[in-house]
Amino acid sequence: MTSRLSAITLNTFREAVRDRVLYNLVLFVLLLVATAPLFGQISIDIERLVLVNVGLSSISLFGVIIAIFIGIGLVSKEIEKRTLYTILCRPVRRWEFIVGKYCGLVMTLVVNATLMTVGFYVALLVTAHHLTASDARLLVAVYFAILEFLMMTAVTLLFSSFSTPIFSALFAFALFVIGTFADDLRNFAAASQGVIGLILTAAAYVVPNFASLNVISQVAHDQPVPGNVVLFNTLYALLYSAAVTAGAVLIFERRNLK
Amino acid sequence: MKATRTIITPAALLLAALFTASVFSLQKVEALRGKEATLEEVLYLPSAKTLKRLSLGYTGLLADIYWTRAVQYFGSKHGQHSTRYDLLDPLLEITTDLDPHLIVAYQDGSLFLSQPPPWGAGQPDKAAALLEKGIRNNPEYWRMYFTLGFVHYLDRHDFKAAQKAFEDGANVPGALPFMRVMAAKMAENAEDIGTAITLWQGVFETTKDKMVRDTAVKHLDSLRADAGIAELERRIKLYQEKTGTLPETWADMVRVGLLRGIPLDPSGAPFELTPDGAVQVRDPGKFPFLGQFEKK
Repeated sequence: MTSRLSAITLNTFREAVRDRVLYNLVLFVLLLVATAPLFGQISIDIERLVLVNVGLSSISLFGVIIAIFIGIGLVSKEIEKRTLYTILCRPVRRWEFIVGKYCGLVMTLVVNATLMTVGFYVALLVTAHHLTASDARLLVAVYFAILEFLMMTAVTLLFSSFSTPIFSALFAFALFVIGTFADDLRNFAAASQGVIGLILTAAAYVVPNFASLNVISQVAHDQPVPGNVVLFNTLYALLYSAAVTAGAVLIFERRNLK
Repeated sequence: MKATRTIITPAALLLAALFTASVFSLQKVEALRGKEATLEEVLYLPSAKTLKRLSLGYTGLLADIYWTRAVQYFGSKHGQHSTRYDLLDPLLEITTDLDPHLIVAYQDGSLFLSQPPPWGAGQPDKAAALLEKGIRNNPEYWRMYFTLGFVHYLDRHDFKAAQKAFEDGANVPGALPFMRVMAAKMAENAEDIGTAITLWQGVFETTKDKMVRDTAVKHLDSLRADAGIAELERRIKLYQEKTGTLPETWADMVRVGLLRGIPLDPSGAPFELTPDGAVQVRDPGKFPFLGQFEKK
């Protein structure tokens, strides 16, 4: 089972790495990070802050975009090219296929995030001429961005398991936007009563909560992120991603592929 | 091959012509809309609350963009010697709503707001409100209390409020002892040039903004020239009491031991002595705030 999973994971990773969209986006982020010091020059006293905000926001946002653009084709492409039937003819279970695809895309995103983070730190070094201990705190925001990717990949895969690529992209992006408003949704739910309150509370828990994973402003101002927040955010992202991937498996298991 | 070239050359020429024409059209549109059209649209369409929603959580990035816009707006108005800075306060409000910890927006932004036109917006009340908001959001940053005391004292002439700001700032851990000295000075309820110089010196040493530094230098030079003139006029009175006449030249005062040499203003030029015993600077253009402190 492990060898089958790792084979699908590595294959998905290789396929994603060959995708031109990926390189365009990574290049765009690196360019953005490279121009951030120039942007800081036209403002006052915020060169580092601009670089941190541009760099971390780009890593997070473009990672999400990559997750959506590559994620939407994970299942549908295999069906379209009829390669899925070749895979499923072998002793590969459907859930192994979905989980392998998930791991492959997550692996791609982690490698991308690492590359973009290296680029970001190089830009930071060029701007400030040295790195300080507080710069290490910025890695918390990168780590949270990776947790965001885990959840977005699961969500995209869920839609990809039953819908067309275009609709999958629309649904996934809409869920990402709603996820950034998760705190507002929670507040609406708290302010509402009766059935509506219950529905809103349920909705607030069903959509991914990305608001708690965005600590960019906090780390940019050198404010610490408590260890408990890191721990419970990790737990939340892992559990949520596992639950959504399980949902994707469930749908794919029941899907008629004939 | 030849056929391809016959298509590529006219296509490239057409592209260049169309692009050039599009640049001219855009310039025409920009001229029709006016210089501040883009800024106004960006400013007035969305409120800070709406912007927060639209930012998808990337509020820090948006705040940096808005702060840059505020700086550029102030810079362009300052360059035109404008007396109206209508968009400055809303821009600073949005910036600090988006990122309540952007210290520079409160510190330099309040100086942009408080200074009289054409040096600033001439809105010291709004500057004080912005700084109070900054203190609410960053109570551990004692320098914000210094700037608030500065605005209350020099621009709003509210000694009580200035004293409270310096006292509150002095209680913040890490605050420099001179905050207590400033609070005591404010308690004297008097405007003196020495205090004004100390305050402007504090601004000069803490700001990284070139425009604010330049303004601080001009204020410091003007205040030092004011102080020099006041001291020279005091000595001229002493000369008159001693000799019964007014001095005709500085050399007369040197001769009786009231001066050691020709007195120089902060620009390095000699002060000028008028026949009626008054003192003035040679080039008033170098001291735009000369005499303003006494007028308040």
